[in-house]
Amino acid sequence: MASLRHERRISASADAVWDVVRRPESIPQWFPGVESCTVEGNRRVVTTAAGLEMPEEILTIDNLLRRFAYRVTAPMYRFHLGVIDVIALGQIDSLCVYSTTAEPDLLALLIDGGTVGALDQIQRLAEAATQE
Amino acid sequence: MGRKILFITTDQQRYDTLGANGGTLARTPVLDGLAAQGIRYERCQPTSVVCMPSRASMLTGQYPSTHGAWMNGVPLAVHAPSVAESLHDAGYATALIGKAHFEPFMDPFGRFAENSLANLGVPTVEQDWFDGRRGVHRGFDYLEFATHGVMGPLHYAKWMARYHPEAMGGFYQVVDHELNVSAVGGGDTGAPQVKWNDVPREWYHTDWVADRTIDWLTGRGDDQDWFCWMSFPDPHHPWDPPRSEIGRIPWREVPLPVNYPESASERESLLDAKARHWRAWYDGRLVSNYEAPAKWVPATLTSDQVREVNALNAVEVELIDEAIGRVLHAITARGWGDDVDVIFTTDHGELQGDFGLLFKGPYHVDGLMRLPLIWRPAPSTKPMPSVVRAPVSLVSLAATFLAVAGKPAPAWVEGSSLPIDDDDARARSFDATVTEWDSALFGVDVHVRSVVTTGHLYTEYRPGTMHDGSEGELYDLADDPLQRINRFDEPAYANVRATLAERLRAHEDRPGERAVPGTLMAPV
Repeated sequence: MASLRHERRISASADAVWDVVRRPESIPQWFPGVESCTVEGNRRVVTTAAGLEMPEEILTIDNLLRRFAYRVTAPMYRFHLGVIDVIALGQIDSLCVYSTTAEPDLLALLIDGGTVGALDQIQRLAEAATQE
Repeated sequence: MGRKILFITTDQQRYDTLGANGGTLARTPVLDGLAAQGIRYERCQPTSVVCMPSRASMLTGQYPSTHGAWMNGVPLAVHAPSVAESLHDAGYATALIGKAHFEPFMDPFGRFAENSLANLGVPTVEQDWFDGRRGVHRGFDYLEFATHGVMGPLHYAKWMARYHPEAMGGFYQVVDHELNVSAVGGGDTGAPQVKWNDVPREWYHTDWVADRTIDWLTGRGDDQDWFCWMSFPDPHHPWDPPRSEIGRIPWREVPLPVNYPESASERESLLDAKARHWRAWYDGRLVSNYEAPAKWVPATLTSDQVREVNALNAVEVELIDEAIGRVLHAITARGWGDDVDVIFTTDHGELQGDFGLLFKGPYHVDGLMRLPLIWRPAPSTKPMPSVVRAPVSLVSLAATFLAVAGKPAPAWVEGSSLPIDDDDARARSFDATVTEWDSALFGVDVHVRSVVTTGHLYTEYRPGTMHDGSEGELYDLADDPLQRINRFDEPAYANVRATLAERLRAHEDRPGERAVPGTLMAPV
């Protein structure tokens, strides 16, 4: 089981950051390489730029904790848990943590590599919204 | 009209696989001929013994600790310096045909330009990254990609899927269902990454790379200067050359490598004299990096498997030599024969049975670090054939291409242009080269620095999961060319060790701007 993590300090309020990630259907806006998605209840299917369709189950959207948790349910994953935490550090200062735990290990690494770009986009969108 | 440049690379090819370098297994008359006409280097080292950092060094003329692509899976920054860009700016038509690998192959999100570009199915298109000046990508005007098989989005795989889908099943499946480098064995001996491949020779990627190169050259104007990087994916594993060709070298007749200890006790004794991760990998107690099958234990390697792997490897080397011959023939037929510099090398070596090991990893010995390098300058320059014994590095390639083009090397280039003989090497202080290794994968990190001189190979292991910073290796290349006796702790070598340690300190402290180290994005 591989457990990986990236974090980003963002010059925006925790609410502004959370506003970027909290809606399941918003993922094409901030996860590079996710071209589109469909959401039905707690089921989401994302389609990547490489043409892959990845089914997911949304586990938690906690507006109080500002935690979004999901798992990829594609058969190639024996286990996957993705968690995005947004933590307030100040009025316009927050920390966004994106964790990936998965088996097989190498599949964790593939998603984890994408989360770096996702944090870039989350930061860009949240800071832009803050400046508006 | 200036000198044109044909830059030929292979992947994971040992120094001793060429006839010109003393190899006796593969027949390589074309490369031997280039060596006889030009400059043959007897001690060329890579900047890294894995693909992505080493290839990035060829393109940038920088060490991995400068360009930032420090291990496989870490993409070279899109706007990193590129010698192709400099040549493009100098009016050269620029192409890369075959294996690039500046960016990860494993890319489910389609985020990397090499994969995205190939996915579009056409070699040259204007995309977001095309600014109208740099060439389509990294300074290349034209790109057509291939790798070690027929999976994935690259051009060769798409070509096979479109025109010859019935032959795709013949190739070895490089990764298993968990995306690990597959440990599945094949052939007569069950050697890992071996498969009999019924693909017709003319559809195999070696001939495809040559065909596509000839096609691109055909489209150039007579007076157009060009830089063409023809990059063969072989003889990197998997060892699955066209089955029609494997009878060239019957594996049962292949001698064991001189550095393959047949007895297990001798192998283990040699490994125990090196830093601790050697034996740990051999015993199956350590997987430090992605580049060898994670589920394969080197201690299980048999003599017959070594013979079969080496036979198939040699077949692949012969096919490459013949493909190069076809391209050179096409160049001559265009009337360019006198005006083309040909530079041939590879990105790193392959253990191929040395010390009872296969594949590669943080093991800085000649099997991985001593590379074939041949420079046949344009005959119009009336080059004097020579053999350079001084240590040189692939970090010098970018400056060499620019020198051939008559252009000064930009400040970002760390290597000097290759010496043309040993006098030139002495005059320009080519007396040591450095190879770097850094890896961090699933909680295991390894950091290695080596320096090679004409007399010694010295390695330091920096603190990491496997090493506490006190281990190292020192080999005397004069009396121990196979690097079997580790003199790191021998008092008689204390002065040598101190001198070479200082060379590594100087490398670490070298001036110049470093890129921020890139982020690991994929296994490879």
